Amino acid sequence: MNINSTAIPLEDENVDTDQIIPARFLKATSRDGFGKNLFRDWRYNNDDEAQPKMDFVLNNPAFNGKILVAGKNFGCGSSREHAAWALKDYGFDAVVSSFFADIFKNNALNNFLLPVQVSDDFLQQLFTTIHQNPASEIAIDLEQQSITNVATGDKAFFDINQYKKTCFINGYDDIDYLLSMKSEIEVFESTH
Amino acid sequence: MTLFDKIWDKHVVKQIEGGPSVFYIDRHFIHEVTSPQAFDGLRKRGIPLARPAQTIATADHNVPTWDQHLPIKEALSRLQVEKLTENCKAFGVELYGLGHPYQGIVHVIGPELGITQPGMTIVCGDSHTSTHGAFGAIAFGIGTSEVEMVFATQCLMQNKPKQMRISIEGELGKGVSSKDIILYVIAQISASGATGYFVEYAGSAIRSLSMEARMTICNMSIEMGARGGLIAPDDTTFEYLKGRKFAPAGAEWDQKLAEWRQLNSDADAQFDHEIHIRAEDIQPMVTYGTNPGMGIPVTGTIPGEELLEEKERPSFRKALDYMGLQSGNAIKGQKIDYVFIGSCTNSRIEDLRQVAAFVQGRRKADGVEVWIVPGSKQVEAQAQEEGLHLIFEQAGFQLRQPGCSACLGMNEDKIPAGKYCISTSNRNFEGRQGQGARTLLASPLSAAAAAVTGVVTDVRELLG
Repeated sequence: MNINSTAIPLEDENVDTDQIIPARFLKATSRDGFGKNLFRDWRYNNDDEAQPKMDFVLNNPAFNGKILVAGKNFGCGSSREHAAWALKDYGFDAVVSSFFADIFKNNALNNFLLPVQVSDDFLQQLFTTIHQNPASEIAIDLEQQSITNVATGDKAFFDINQYKKTCFINGYDDIDYLLSMKSEIEVFESTH
Repeated sequence: MTLFDKIWDKHVVKQIEGGPSVFYIDRHFIHEVTSPQAFDGLRKRGIPLARPAQTIATADHNVPTWDQHLPIKEALSRLQVEKLTENCKAFGVELYGLGHPYQGIVHVIGPELGITQPGMTIVCGDSHTSTHGAFGAIAFGIGTSEVEMVFATQCLMQNKPKQMRISIEGELGKGVSSKDIILYVIAQISASGATGYFVEYAGSAIRSLSMEARMTICNMSIEMGARGGLIAPDDTTFEYLKGRKFAPAGAEWDQKLAEWRQLNSDADAQFDHEIHIRAEDIQPMVTYGTNPGMGIPVTGTIPGEELLEEKERPSFRKALDYMGLQSGNAIKGQKIDYVFIGSCTNSRIEDLRQVAAFVQGRRKADGVEVWIVPGSKQVEAQAQEEGLHLIFEQAGFQLRQPGCSACLGMNEDKIPAGKYCISTSNRNFEGRQGQGARTLLASPLSAAAAAVTGVVTDVRELLG
């Protein structure tokens, strides 16, 4: 599975899930439509779509793509899966950072949004490359567990647990697997 | 073995080679915000909720904290709470909803009802589930897909995290509370300093704390990135639990107690990382920025960016700009507009007693709005029984009704843009308490002191 795309650079560190999707948008009872409120308060003045904050990167027409490149400790704070739903719904297939918060990482994987953890140096280079030429691409190869900064040719490898990798590539979810474990879970319960 | 290892091993149904474990969950708390999509998932698959008797529901995030007997005014909030009621009925889950004498913040009611017990595994679609670790349980927050997994099978796929021990030895000074301990720890190791770890809190300063105070510490484990935090159970834990509604009783109590006494880390237990802190070094703390790691002693000055790496500086400047604060200035004396005493961090009866004892005979400063939001109906009832509501009334503090309230402003309890709120909650993120709201995290005592003076205050100067 490959994700080849230009990328959007978000250098802020410690981006918490309250910024990704503010609490007032958590009142929906379905998983759909969160993308329009992604980074709502960083994207718009006065909560008004007619007043975009032009200095925010999602509003900068120079940057596009299916990959978000973000500063360290991305997705910290609240466990709201709505953050992963919003990123995916907006059109991202992968988030690259030097560090992810644990719960966000699980939520992302469960929604086929690939979290790719790279070194600080590699991340800084990506930021530099994207700013120099927003048309430059990033190539992610999940089978190889590799990420390539196409403009410079620099390549790095990332970790992903083999179980999750198989799920991701084949579109399996944990519930299918857990349901297949039903009798073993019942045996466990009988002695627990 | 560590305490964490001992509990973990007892809950592994199956270890997948080179992958996660199928991990069994004893108790599953749910609330209205992170459960509806998971219930819908069960419907789509056409399967029942596996263990309704191990699932406990309450409405807390969206509920108003005033006139709770009336229908919820805000349509989407009302819908979400109604959906929870419908779903609980359809899938056979006990709901302590609005109007129920046990209703309250999910992390307050679990312990006070004796549902939370040592040695258990506990999850909830809420990052502050770490609170329950104060009882010597493995408790952590999960996403909605994982809520659905637990609904469907009572299990999760989990990788075993690394382990850290934070030992705090010595005696806390006057006016210093458990909230100050955890704000100090997070300021020391940063908002991401424990990511990938599960934390055990240990040492004489931790042992000396009440259960309420221990819950405050475990609650904020997530604010340094830890999946959860736990404290070995001891006589303080057992005394708290004994006689509570769902705690074991009679012969079962004796049997459980014998088991619980085995729950501690062995003397030779190995941790991946250890931190040692002297209780005497901790002062009343307050945050100045937009993540919980940006905390300083109340006597301190707002730091500058010179100690930060170049790439960290823009985020730091953005935080100070949002807060309207300047490097080099003292935090003491900063004007406050709102005071919020509540949230799953600090809304328990002990917190309210502490605030009442401090404000008795005092009055809030002019122009300051003070909200006290009890963690549960039981806390509210207890406060009234003890006459705390009269003390608050005389002080000009509003005692409201239970819910998450201004911690995250999903209901009407929002701090207006640009206003400063000293808050006993857990997060000072941009917009957390309302768009443009500026949050300073502190202990209940420090918040009460600021309420009385109208500015950030060193509470020790006002204690007799």
